[in-house]
Formats: sequence, structure tokens, C-alpha cells
Amino acid sequence: MMRGWGAVYYREALLLRRRFWKTLGTMCVSPLLYILAFGWAMAPAGQQGGMGQEYLRFLLPGLAAMSSMTQAWAIAGEINIARFYWRIFEEIQAAPVSPGGYVFGEVLAGLTRALLAVVTVLCLGLAFGVRLDFGPVFWLALLLNAFFFASLAVGLAMRIKAHADQALFTSFIITPMAFLGGTFFPVERLPVVARELLLLLPLTHASRAARAAATGAELPLLSLVILAVAGAAAFAFAVKSVASAKD
Amino acid sequence: MIRLEDVHKQFAGRAALCGVDLAVRRGELFAYLGPNGAGKTTTVRILTGLCLPDSGRALVDGLDVAREPSRVKALCGVCGQTVNLDQDLTVAENLDVHGRLFGMARELRRLRAAENLERLDLADRAKSLVRELSGGLRRRVMLARALMHAPRVLFLDEPTVGLDPAIRRKLWAAIRSIREAGATILLTTHYIEEAEFLADRVAFLNQGRVAALGTPAELMEAQGHWAVDMLDGTDMRTTCFRERDEAQAFGASGPGSFTLRRVNLEDVFLATTGRKLANGAAA
Repeated sequence: MMRGWGAVYYREALLLRRRFWKTLGTMCVSPLLYILAFGWAMAPAGQQGGMGQEYLRFLLPGLAAMSSMTQAWAIAGEINIARFYWRIFEEIQAAPVSPGGYVFGEVLAGLTRALLAVVTVLCLGLAFGVRLDFGPVFWLALLLNAFFFASLAVGLAMRIKAHADQALFTSFIITPMAFLGGTFFPVERLPVVARELLLLLPLTHASRAARAAATGAELPLLSLVILAVAGAAAFAFAVKSVASAKD
Repeated sequence: MIRLEDVHKQFAGRAALCGVDLAVRRGELFAYLGPNGAGKTTTVRILTGLCLPDSGRALVDGLDVAREPSRVKALCGVCGQTVNLDQDLTVAENLDVHGRLFGMARELRRLRAAENLERLDLADRAKSLVRELSGGLRRRVMLARALMHAPRVLFLDEPTVGLDPAIRRKLWAAIRSIREAGATILLTTHYIEEAEFLADRVAFLNQGRVAALGTPAELMEAQGHWAVDMLDGTDMRTTCFRERDEAQAFGASGPGSFTLRRVNLEDVFLATTGRKLANGAAA
């Protein structure tokens, strides 16, 4: 069922180790810009001296969720380069690796990148003086979020016919979700229709759960359940996509 | 060891294989010759489980590739036409990842990597990044990687394409040594001299069909022993003869200069299919 996942993960881990500092550098850029732009420069009047601490406390869990999403999703780019440019996917296809094993190995690689990105965001937050409670539920929410997006990334990477198609998904799904999925503002402030629509996005649930866990608010258990169910569905979709990626 | 039974395959309505029947014996080095687009790579992809035939069966060591892909894959090594190594990993890391994909234990991976790097004269390159290697070295790494799990069947899909003659000969020597170690090898190529030098038997594939099959000696014997190349306008025309004197006389009777030489597999391919092997053009 999961045959070969260790080898698939090992390969991705070797590549990550080789490009570690470059990858870490790119992981820092977006969160740092958002913290500076939204948490500092656009902080409410009178809070600039304290760098908009209240808003930064709101923003940081959302940024952590967003980074876990983008870095888990980034595994799709790695798969596409391996598949269309270097043809390495054929080497894996020619080995006795099961579709489930391949997906699990790649999803673990996505989780590793996501965790690294979250730690980077938290370190940036600490550098700006943000203190929050990053307990087990906070990490669980972000892991479920990364699991969903990494699984979706593997599945869609198998479905597309050219590397350029990947950019379409990023432009039309990931980028809008990053801005609308509760990262920068509470979706509860929006009109009912918009709010209900945004609640269909997994990132909205990840942001809510992570924020609630980090700030000591009441935990939205339903959000965790939705993330878990969505993750399981995305994983099944990815396994099916890998199994059918024959020709 | 390898068997294809009435295999058909189409891509976007275009027939790639049209009822291919083939049997490769255990321990044999079998060359599969044909011009570009003849269906050689499709055959290898079907036999290695990378794509499924539309109809017919592909068997490796008695196992149906479509029904038991994992068991078949564990038996096979593939050295594809395209260099598909991880460029950002070292040679040793590429081999190690391959060993892990095939479920090999750590000690066995180390042992086999050392053996194969030594065999292919790559021991001093183990820690080099693949992106730093020349094309010839990358091809040798591909072969070393394919041998990591000691496959009983090795598929070499145009393993020397694009390499200069000296490096090609080095690879030939390596392929021969692998065959002598007992592996069954299916080699696809469009290099005549490669098939003549290496193969126990040869099949000509033309437009998705096997056009001829036999040992290089048998196939050439059927055409004669001597070939005369004569320029006919801008085309080179080749005629084969059993006797040297007969060929010499034919050449001398022509209007221009001619070349007398031994018959080769290119002549057999041309006579069998009406096409030239090098580029697939109609003669």
C-alpha cells in the first residue's frame, strides 16, 4: 500500500538539504514583507511605536497557516520539474513503488517544508516581539492544513500536462486563497454570503484554528474536522492521480 | 525471459505498435533496431510497466506486466534514452536513492554502489554532483544506477545516443561485461555497429511491426556477403551479392565510381523495409 515512501521522502530530503539556505531565504521573504507592510506600516494610528502589536498577534497565526499552505503546495513545482524537465518521475515509476507510497513520501516532504516555513514565521514574529501560545493544537491545525495542500499538490501535479499549467493553479487558487482565507482579516467581519463562501476554503479553517489555539480563544473543533476530512479526500485524489499517470 | 504477444499500442490515433510478437531468451543480448519513431521506446515502456498496451500481453520471466507490475519492476533495470538523474545530487546519492526505491538494505546498497562504480570506472566520481559530469559520464552513471538492484533483465533504450565513438565503445565493453555476468538484455538502438558488435539476436522494427528477426550473421547471410554502393544521381543505391567477383563486375559495369564492401545490417534493414535505418527515410 505505502511501498517506497521512505525512498521518495529521502530523495526530497536530500534535495532540501542541498538547497537549504536558498529555500530558507525564500521562505522568509513573503512573511517578512507582510509583517512589515500590514503589521507595521499599516498598523492603526498610535500603535506604530509598538509595531501594531494587537494586529501582529492576529496576523502571525494567519501568516503561519498561509506559509504552511504555500510551502506544502510548492512540492508540486518540485514534482513538475522532476517529471517534465529531468524525467526523474520515470525512474520512480520504473521502481516497485506503490502510488500510495509515492504520494505519502511526497506529502511528507511537503509537510517538512511547511513546518520549516512555520518555524521561520514564528521566529520572525519573535523578532518583532510577538508572544503567542504555540501549543499542540496550533501545530495540529497547521499540519492538517499542510497535509491537505501537499496532497492536493501531488494530485494536481500528476494531472497537468505541462509545467506551465502549474502557474494557473497557483494564480487562480493559491494566491486568492492566501489573501482571502482569513490570513489578514477576520472573515466574520464580511457579509454573510462572502463569509460562507470563504468558509469553504481550507485555509480559512486553518487560520481560525491556529489563531484560536495561539490566542487562547475557544477552539473551532469543526475546523479541525473539516481539515482532516479534506486532507483524506485530497490524499485519495493524489493516489488515484499517480496510479493513472501511466502514459 | 521476455515475451510480447500480439501487442498493439496507439497514441492519439497513431499506431505505435501493430501486433508485435517477440521472445527474448534468458541470458541473451537482444537488439531491437529501428529508425526514430519505429516503436522501440514504446516497447520498452510497455515491458517496464510505464505504459499499458491497448491489447496483447507483455511478459517478463513469465509474469504479466499489466497484472503484476511491482513484481516485474523488481526484476528489471531500465537505462532510458533520456538522462534522468537528479542533477543536484551526487553520483553516490543517485545510486543510493535507487537502491532505496528497490527496498535494498543499507549494507547491500553500499556494496553494490561500490561494485558498480568500480565496474563502470566511476569510483573517483562518487562524490561529484551529476550536473558537473560530462554526457558520457552521465550515461555511465545511468547504467550503474540501473544495475544497483542486480536486475535479471536490463532494458537499455538507446544507451549510447549522442555519445562520441570512443565513449560509445567504453559503454559497449561495460554492456558486454553485464551480459557475461548473466543478465538478459534488451537493447534498443538505431546504431548498426552497436547491434552487430553486441547482439546475439536482432529484431528490426519498422512502423510498429517486426520486419525481420535472427542473429546478425543469419540476417546478413540472407542478403549475401558483398555490397556495392553506387551513386545514382543524388541517391546512393546499394546492391548485395553472394560472390565478390560478381559484385566487383557489377560495380565496374556502372557509369561512375563505386564502393565494394561487406554486407552489414543496414543493408538488411534497407532490403527488408525499403527504408534507411539512420533516419527512417524511404530509400
